Amino acid sequence: MGKEKLKFAFYWAASCGGCEIAVLDINEKILDVVAKADIVFWPVAMDIKYKDVEEMPDKYIDVCFFNGAIRTEEQEYMAKLLRKKAKVLVAFGSCACDGCVVGLANLWNKETIFERAYSETPSTKNPKSVTPKTSVKVKEGELELPEFYDTVKTLAQTVDVDYFLSGCPPPIPLIIQAIEAIFKNKLPPKGSVLMPNKSICDECPREKKDRQLSEIKRIYEIEDDLKTCFWDQGVICMGPATRAGCGAQCPNVNIPCTGCNGPGPRVTDQGAAAISALASIATNPEVVNQAVDPIGTFYKYSLARSILRRKVMK
Amino acid sequence: MKEIVIDPITRLEGHGKISIFLNDKGNVENAYLQVPELRGFEKFCEGRRAEDLPIITTRICGVCPVAHHMAGAKACDAAFNVEPTETAKKLRELEYCAYFIYDHILHFYFLGGPDFIVGPDAPAEKRNILGVIEKAGLEIGKEVIKHRAYGQKITGILGGRPTHPVSALPGGMAKSLSEDERREIEKMVRSCVEFAKFSLKLFDDVVLKNVDYVNLITSDPYNLKTYYMGTVDKNNKVNFYDGDVRVVDPEGKEFVKFAPSEYLGVIEEHVEPWTYVKLPYLKKIGWKGLVAGPDSGIYRVGPLGRLNAAEGMATPIAQKEYERMYKTLGGKPVHATLAFHWARLIELMYATERTLELVTDKEITNKDIRNKPEKPGEGVGIVEAARGTLIHHYVLDEKALAKKVNLIVATTHNTPGICMSIKNAAKGLIRNGKVSDGLLNMVEMAFRAYDPCFACATHFAIGEMPLEVKIYDNEKRLLKTMRR
Repeated sequence: MGKEKLKFAFYWAASCGGCEIAVLDINEKILDVVAKADIVFWPVAMDIKYKDVEEMPDKYIDVCFFNGAIRTEEQEYMAKLLRKKAKVLVAFGSCACDGCVVGLANLWNKETIFERAYSETPSTKNPKSVTPKTSVKVKEGELELPEFYDTVKTLAQTVDVDYFLSGCPPPIPLIIQAIEAIFKNKLPPKGSVLMPNKSICDECPREKKDRQLSEIKRIYEIEDDLKTCFWDQGVICMGPATRAGCGAQCPNVNIPCTGCNGPGPRVTDQGAAAISALASIATNPEVVNQAVDPIGTFYKYSLARSILRRKVMK
Repeated sequence: MKEIVIDPITRLEGHGKISIFLNDKGNVENAYLQVPELRGFEKFCEGRRAEDLPIITTRICGVCPVAHHMAGAKACDAAFNVEPTETAKKLRELEYCAYFIYDHILHFYFLGGPDFIVGPDAPAEKRNILGVIEKAGLEIGKEVIKHRAYGQKITGILGGRPTHPVSALPGGMAKSLSEDERREIEKMVRSCVEFAKFSLKLFDDVVLKNVDYVNLITSDPYNLKTYYMGTVDKNNKVNFYDGDVRVVDPEGKEFVKFAPSEYLGVIEEHVEPWTYVKLPYLKKIGWKGLVAGPDSGIYRVGPLGRLNAAEGMATPIAQKEYERMYKTLGGKPVHATLAFHWARLIELMYATERTLELVTDKEITNKDIRNKPEKPGEGVGIVEAARGTLIHHYVLDEKALAKKVNLIVATTHNTPGICMSIKNAAKGLIRNGKVSDGLLNMVEMAFRAYDPCFACATHFAIGEMPLEVKIYDNEKRLLKTMRR
């Protein structure tokens, strides 16, 4: 990439705002970014409309960082549009890469989610079973809401993605590293994950012992000794199946890894990898049955991306 | 009938959308705040392990994850019938007050405050953190950024990570505080105390010494007589982390005071087909529509709600400032929506003083940080999020998996109030079909005072909220577009 300033775009789909905070948390480095790149689209911050993006020539944007999952027609449209307008499209954060915890909604559908939210919750009083509608006539006129879909999708399930930077939110040093690689024109081959080719276990300081798992315990049931591998203490940890890059932040405060960085190197399905790790060290078949809520435990951040994707609703 | 739509031009989920309807005379008939998003946490939390709930629910909001983490941990404590150790409670409250430092600074300097510091009539592109730096000076801008980062850093030390913390678990905390960490935090907090004092003085100089601003704060379009709700300690002083929830009526008299487990007796939620967010009200009074006053069950939460619902602040400097605010604005309760900003700074003062008390507490580095949970059951956890009362209610099965989850988040409580504030502000600015150019600013100020999450998320980065107002005639022909 030449001497001209690069053109960056940031976009968010279905997300919590934490990825935006992570961009702010690069602190003074943001000044570097502004010095070396023009930000041509950032809906949270700038008055640039979709129409302006539509009018950009194809491949006008050098790099687009896309966070959030895809669950509406509009988000799908924007994903396709930005794919066309950007030379490089980066799936940024767990939602865009893996579906994140909102992907757990794929265990249900719109109808069951509405039933819980608008009828069944104990604080809700709704005798006429009113639910939000995409178009409603009120006495003064008509109001519209976007449609709520059944299934959450990742960015790569929607369009072709060049790079992946997962994490919930992505670790700050990795964001800085990715931006520096872009400025130095040293991006790895297309399809790469911009994170270390290691698992959380490789950067976790906890001591691994014989890893013979005879009984599964919950984190609140053990007296954590603060230095032994959680598996050796009988507690499920997603470390072996999860990509490194955060410095094992959660094990460092005595909480097992829950897997937010997504599947580790050479792992296609994070949940399956964790379950096989468990099976390989279990001393008897009964142990596996002690793993309650396998979906929420092993696929907490990656259900939408996994080979399971969603529950079939009849 | 004319329709005015104020829509973040991005039209994305998680962003508010305002529609204002005019009657045939061209005056405001009604205003609707629509929240166009639902992610379904109350459903997909079902079946999850109890200890995962305080981690999963942080993803409701990346700006205030600490609030969900703590409400979740407290709901787990209650569901497992376990009381955290004294040290654990102090560590949680320390982390929690540090989150308030970060969040209130973010709002006052990046979001709502620029309306005052730079001025309500200033062009939109100036009403942001860059405009604040331009007006107040680069040195002050650096201080703002430094102290916001301190708040993040302290929550990171205690929570494991600043965004989406993990260290609170049923019965206490996973990690104790080392003496080195304690000293590091104390140094940062001492600086935050001075910064909070400075912020109050800045508000004094820029806002309170300006008669126009004070008149604006107390003016009719920005007044709304409602009930107020907030968490208080044993002495009815504001507390963010723990206590009973107190509700006062529009005259300031105690209406009810309840323990978290009793919330279903006090609060109900109403469903409308035009928004994904539910509209809460006081059950005993009932849902009377979007109207204010003592006969309507609508109440408000957040900084002003908390100060109105309490009888004072538990720390000395904040208490003095509390007294000064009520004296200046004519006694309790204050119904002026723009006073939310002042109340937020008084809370910033309290948060820094309280953080300092906790980090210099002799017990804070004790290693006794967890009690063992008992049998799983049902529990409610309530904290005060920066934007108001936050309720998590979990029902666990015998394997400690979530059977049922109910959540009432801070901005939800304020939605009816925000709708009415927008309507009032618009009424003052739209007369006989004539739409004042100041409409965008003033309507925006009305809802921004509440620091609603969706607005927050749309414009925290630079501080400017892109808005578009479309004005239609009664055949829905576009007459005028106002945008920035």
